[in-house]
Amino acid sequence: MDVRFINAFLDATENVLKTMAFVEPKPGKPYLKKDNVAKGDISGIIGLTGDLKGSLGLSFSEGCIVKIVSNMLGESMSGIDNDVKDAVGEITNMISGVARKKLEADGLNITAAIPTVVAGKSHSIVHVLGGPSIIIPFEIEEGPFVVDFCLDNVPS
Amino acid sequence: MDKNIKILIVDDFTTMRKVIRNLLKSVGYENIIEAEDGAIALRTLKNNEVDFIISDWNMPNMSGLELLKAVRADSELSKTPFLMVTAEALQDNVIAAVKAGVSNYIVKPFTAEVLNTKIEKILETL
Repeated sequence: MDVRFINAFLDATENVLKTMAFVEPKPGKPYLKKDNVAKGDISGIIGLTGDLKGSLGLSFSEGCIVKIVSNMLGESMSGIDNDVKDAVGEITNMISGVARKKLEADGLNITAAIPTVVAGKSHSIVHVLGGPSIIIPFEIEEGPFVVDFCLDNVPS
Repeated sequence: MDKNIKILIVDDFTTMRKVIRNLLKSVGYENIIEAEDGAIALRTLKNNEVDFIISDWNMPNMSGLELLKAVRADSELSKTPFLMVTAEALQDNVIAAVKAGVSNYIVKPFTAEVLNTKIEKILETL
């Protein structure tokens, strides 16, 4: 596990959510995940290519994402709807962009695809490289979410 | 600074348009219209007196860069200030946008204050 990737995705996640949704998520200890089952109720996934290959996912519990999107839009969301799905795609895109900019400073040029969003209990996050993936858990008062990434030099 | 200018937000993500609209309102801009991609934006520009364009870079149908080029090539629209929104400040993209005549660019995520400063700096140069 390259700590640069963890730091880049961790910093990017905190930066984006603090700036756009005014929440300060508390990170937990990263760990290895060996199955495809998503940790949350809705996930955004984006493919990465270039000096690194793989994919980045964000998986949110319903309470967590409802709070985040409500703050982003300045209106009270009641559950996972099209606006929330749309926002998860945009959040994934932004976190990917900020992290890639950080990694670019380390000489890694990475481009990203268009994010896809999947919702539902126990849905799958299928990484481009298959897995296993690194999980960075986060918590806000309304619930947990995780960053879930699998890159080409993640140990198998 | 004139807060009554008509601003066109162009972004394929509904939520991002709402976010930018809210940020603009929080710093005093109320005269805002929206388009969900570059092609719709061009039609909107033909039917409205728009003073300022804020456009996402990455959109289906017509990208932000393609929209910028189309605006700059249109004699009636060519002087309209154009702020490009990107998820990353890749050097090649910035160079391409500058060559195409972008007024400035802003990297997501951004605060209302940063957005307001970008707009004011562009308006000061007019």
